Amino acid sequence: MTALGPRSSLPPAITSDVFRVFRDDGSVDERNDPGLTDKELRFLYKHMVQTRRIDERFIALQRQGRIAFHVGSLGEEAAIIGSAFAMRPRDWVFPCYREFGAALMRNFPLQRLVDNVFGNSGDMVKGRQMPHHYTHRAGGWASISSPVGTQITQAVGFAWGSKIKREDVSAIVYFGDGSTSSVDFHSGLNFAGVQKVPLVLFCRNNGWAISVPVEKQTASATFAEKGAAYGIPGVRVDGNDALAVVAVTRKAAQRASEGNGPTLIEAITYRMGGHSTSDDPNRYRGMEEMELWAQVDPIERLQQFLISKGIWDTQSDVTLREEIDEQFRQAVAKAEATPPPALETMFDDVYEKLPWHLAEQRAELLAGPRAPGGR
Amino acid sequence: MPQLNMVQAINDALRISMQQDSRVIILGEDVGKVGGVFRVTAGLQAEFGEERVIDTPLSENGIVGTAIGMALNGLIPVAEIQFADFIFPAYDQIINELAKYRYRSGGDHTTKLIIRTPVGGGIRGGHYHSQHPEAAFVQVPGLKVVCPSNPYDAKGLLLAALEDPDPIIFMEPKRVYRAAKGEVPEAAYTVPLESARIVREGRDVTVLAYGAMLYEALDASQRAFEQGVDCEVIDLRTLWPVDIDMIVQSVKKTGRLVVVHEAPKTGGFAGELISLVVERAFYYLEAPPARVTGFDTPFPFTLEMEYLPLSHRIVPVVLQTARA
Repeated sequence: MTALGPRSSLPPAITSDVFRVFRDDGSVDERNDPGLTDKELRFLYKHMVQTRRIDERFIALQRQGRIAFHVGSLGEEAAIIGSAFAMRPRDWVFPCYREFGAALMRNFPLQRLVDNVFGNSGDMVKGRQMPHHYTHRAGGWASISSPVGTQITQAVGFAWGSKIKREDVSAIVYFGDGSTSSVDFHSGLNFAGVQKVPLVLFCRNNGWAISVPVEKQTASATFAEKGAAYGIPGVRVDGNDALAVVAVTRKAAQRASEGNGPTLIEAITYRMGGHSTSDDPNRYRGMEEMELWAQVDPIERLQQFLISKGIWDTQSDVTLREEIDEQFRQAVAKAEATPPPALETMFDDVYEKLPWHLAEQRAELLAGPRAPGGR
Repeated sequence: MPQLNMVQAINDALRISMQQDSRVIILGEDVGKVGGVFRVTAGLQAEFGEERVIDTPLSENGIVGTAIGMALNGLIPVAEIQFADFIFPAYDQIINELAKYRYRSGGDHTTKLIIRTPVGGGIRGGHYHSQHPEAAFVQVPGLKVVCPSNPYDAKGLLLAALEDPDPIIFMEPKRVYRAAKGEVPEAAYTVPLESARIVREGRDVTVLAYGAMLYEALDASQRAFEQGVDCEVIDLRTLWPVDIDMIVQSVKKTGRLVVVHEAPKTGGFAGELISLVVERAFYYLEAPPARVTGFDTPFPFTLEMEYLPLSHRIVPVVLQTARA
């Protein structure tokens, strides 16, 4: 493999035991290479770029006051896209709240995502939740909630259900390093281990839980080793190395599908932005760390690999980014022109049918005065 | 028609539903081999196997969280929380997840499941085996709360709950698990949710009760009758959404209302029931509505019979309300 030029040293979090495909010099370690086709490599790369670009556009919209909030995945694109790519379309995804790029890869329409962020009447969840709490059942995508970790036990139950039904449908569940302190992480892993459910537990260790660094989150040397207490193998992977993420997730997914139980993957990556647009990371961390991680930017690494293989070039990159921007611009224009959800929809879906007390309250709202500054 | 107690009637409903629908799964602590600490699931694991009647690790939030995931995968889990006092580790999964799943996904996802849990005192269980926390669930949008008082209703309501599309908290009054006996048809039947039942007709005072306290309300009504006061006793059966029409109709007839429940008074369900009646039938009321409830203390062990709103505490309130 051609060397791609010298690189600075890796961030210290990526220790020698971490599974990698890209070497320090950008070349590929053939022993670990998942062997993706050129088409697959371009697909993976395009979705990572799309994720980054949409993240940046949403942040700009929030700064312009056009949306209320954004929570994204700057710097975590390889971890998210690579792992979701490794699952089969039939498998389910139990997301945290940073995985919109993977939802788009699983055919969640961009317009629906943008509508969700605007909370308009095109939003599948009818403007009921904060941005990025969308739903995509058609793509095997669970509903998103804000309390961290709750999706872990649910993913375990889903995978357990597949086992009971004797269906070859696995699940992957995403959570951050902070979620490993939640009760659902521990009970979820315990149930998963006992029942040997077909599940991939994917921990995005991005270094920070809002303002709290990993060393204040756990006294364990790694997050992966927490699996041992529950009889679940843990593996650490360079989360900024898309090919490494694909390789370990594929192995874990295969293990799940073959009835050998769950795997805990710790993807070591870095949150290159704030926790959300409501957060200012300059208050609690320095730029040095960020600069170190920028040296191993997951998109740049994959891009250089694609270019070195002769299956990508800078012009393709310019075209790709223009296409993404144009699609996003159109989706935003449409979302901004889409009215908010109708008042009466507030009462739908609490129950399947509207009970008497909600019928009464709906009539009261419709007949009553409107909120100031509202509709 | 066979005479069954509530434990047997609920067991019968579970067996029927599992025979009829392979999606029905039971999970909980000790529900398998031993059949639950109250034996409600006795014999079911032997009949349906360990994959459908599951002894889980000892973690209530794990039980409810995984049950939600099973429901997302198309199963219909019936989760047992061994005592309602132990349900609180699962409270986040119940109120933030289970109850909101349909709403927060705009109807894209549903999480149909039932949480069965024994409630109430009078069994020498102290304050961690005696609580009756219905108000904490009635207040949560998206949940339905059911509390049968007798074997016939227990079987019919549980089968109705299994057919209902929404998540249900099914509270079982353990003080009368075995004491309440009655004729229960062998075949499947349902008792409609959201329908209360007039257990005793009367003209003077409407008494609302449910679960184990229904029997105290009935006993008190008989004693009041002997003193010239004719009570109408309504068993709510489904606590939420409650059968408001039957309650209001009865109060419009009697003009007087007493609500009985074991849970503490402040913030209890009785306050909500009285508010609903006052909003709808204020001008029919001839006396202040009254509550006979547990006290605002943790549930006591030695003094539990003094804590519970038993017949001897209901009678004077009924008489006072009737004569106000």
